[in-house]
Amino acid sequence: MAGAAGKAMRQVYGETLVELGKTYPNIVVFDADVANSTRTILFGESYPDRFFDVGIAEMNMAAMAAGISTTGMIPFVNTFACFMVLRCGDPIRSLVAYTKLNVKLAGTYAGLSDSYDGASHHSILDIAFMRALPNMVVLSPADAADMKAATEAAVQYKGPVYLRIHRNECPDIPENDTQPFTLGKGKVLRDGRDITLIATGYMVHRAMEAALKLQQQGISARVVNIHTIKPLDTNLLRDCAKETGGIVVAEEHSIHGGLGGAVAEAIGRLYPVPIEFVGVRDTFAESGDYQALLEKYGLTSQHIVKAAEEVLKKKGAKG
Amino acid sequence: MGLTKERKAVLEGLCKQFRRTLLDTLYSVQTGHPGGSLSATEIITTLYFEVMKVDPKNPSWEDRDRFVLAKGHAAPMLYIALAEKGFFPKEELKTLRQLNSRLQGHPCALKTPGVELSTGPLGLGLSAALGMGLGARIQGKQFHTYVLLGDGEIQEGIVWEAAMAGAKYGIDNVVAILDKNGVQLDGPVDQIMPLGDVRAKWNSFGWNTLEVNGHKVEEIYDAIQEAHRVKGKPTIIIAHTVKGKGVSFMEGKHAWHGKPISKAEYEAAIKELEGGR
Repeated sequence: MAGAAGKAMRQVYGETLVELGKTYPNIVVFDADVANSTRTILFGESYPDRFFDVGIAEMNMAAMAAGISTTGMIPFVNTFACFMVLRCGDPIRSLVAYTKLNVKLAGTYAGLSDSYDGASHHSILDIAFMRALPNMVVLSPADAADMKAATEAAVQYKGPVYLRIHRNECPDIPENDTQPFTLGKGKVLRDGRDITLIATGYMVHRAMEAALKLQQQGISARVVNIHTIKPLDTNLLRDCAKETGGIVVAEEHSIHGGLGGAVAEAIGRLYPVPIEFVGVRDTFAESGDYQALLEKYGLTSQHIVKAAEEVLKKKGAKG
Repeated sequence: MGLTKERKAVLEGLCKQFRRTLLDTLYSVQTGHPGGSLSATEIITTLYFEVMKVDPKNPSWEDRDRFVLAKGHAAPMLYIALAEKGFFPKEELKTLRQLNSRLQGHPCALKTPGVELSTGPLGLGLSAALGMGLGARIQGKQFHTYVLLGDGEIQEGIVWEAAMAGAKYGIDNVVAILDKNGVQLDGPVDQIMPLGDVRAKWNSFGWNTLEVNGHKVEEIYDAIQEAHRVKGKPTIIIAHTVKGKGVSFMEGKHAWHGKPISKAEYEAAIKELEGGR
């Protein structure tokens, strides 16, 4: 079960970059005046010659990174997730994805995690954009251990990668951390036969909590961490549909176009079963305490439990 | 040392040949951008046939000079130069913009040997070229990166983001060339969105600036040599050009940014180009 609050993902990311910088002299890091927030400041302190703070000019940052990648360097592009999509979107599509450039895009403050800054800074459509890009790998780690592994995997993989990074402390999930992180493979964190809870990012530990609550009602829920949203582990999803007969998808993202969409596309084709979606329901959120936002916008374990009950009803009606 | 008379004649001969090939190609496929290809002819020719070290047999040779066609719609002229260099067979030019061709409507680095960067959406090329220059510097490589921008293109905000970054990092192994033909898709640049004093703008952004007649190969060549000598900041060469250069009815006409060429127009253009005007 979810343990004590772990390190903030962005801090883990920043520290991992510093480590990787030792092994990979060709890693360069770009930031757009948010290096203290993204924690790339740590890399900048360790390797000032390979760190470029290009100011508040995100589009130029992404396009420069595209250019430097063609010379054999591995650039990491850093800004808030919302700006990664909306300000860097053109060079990401037109240069990085189109030409399969070896550029790593680290979007921090994903989901509602930059809660107090308000809807302007929330990022709940980044998965939709990134996964619609051909050639893009989309990674969405669930906790500190995942974050470290995802960053390492991004460097080892040759090609464009989007890393979705949470701002705040995330609970460590022991069931997650004892399993290896393999790009493109989901992790089954808990077995179950009545329903599968498929989650990504911060919502994975919420799904684990929901599974416990469901257990108290006598419902056996499987929990799957999808840390790689693209390429999606469709074999695992098909097996889950087949073996449990119902699915809830939970993500800190709009219910349109994110992991929910990805799972529905796969399941609809491979093994249709009832499915429900826990996410932000086609609305902008607002400023406020992070946990309060998750509560108001429907992203708690209780919301997952309710969605599971809906699925089980449909499943029952179907059966 | 400037261009010798002999080399000047060779380059001018190539330009003439390339304009003719451009008309043949665009007429045969009935699509593509003549205006901006014709204004860039001398610039692209001088770069590929006098300045740049590239190896058509090994397009990904690490130490090659790079060329980024930021104004990607001039792709046909780039393809013509690359074909002449031997990056791919000249016969392939006839497949321009057609299904299954390696020659996309706008340059695609994955498909076409010799194309360094996918371009088309305007404004991204300068930033990417600066990235290439930075990569060369970090790795101690001697190659140069040349990037050709359109004057309509510099209306894009990212160009000025790049201008600041180029100056901040003193990326002196990048040479930008501005194909200042004064005409964009919707009309004259001065009417659509005036650029003001372009040279003063780049100077004030911390760039070395030079001005040339963009249809004189010897001036282009000299300016590039001068740019190589300037250290500590990037150079932009403002090349005064004529959109549609060489085909009188296309010259200075925004309608010829990109439109199909009729049979009568094609014949008139060829006659004029053959006449060596």
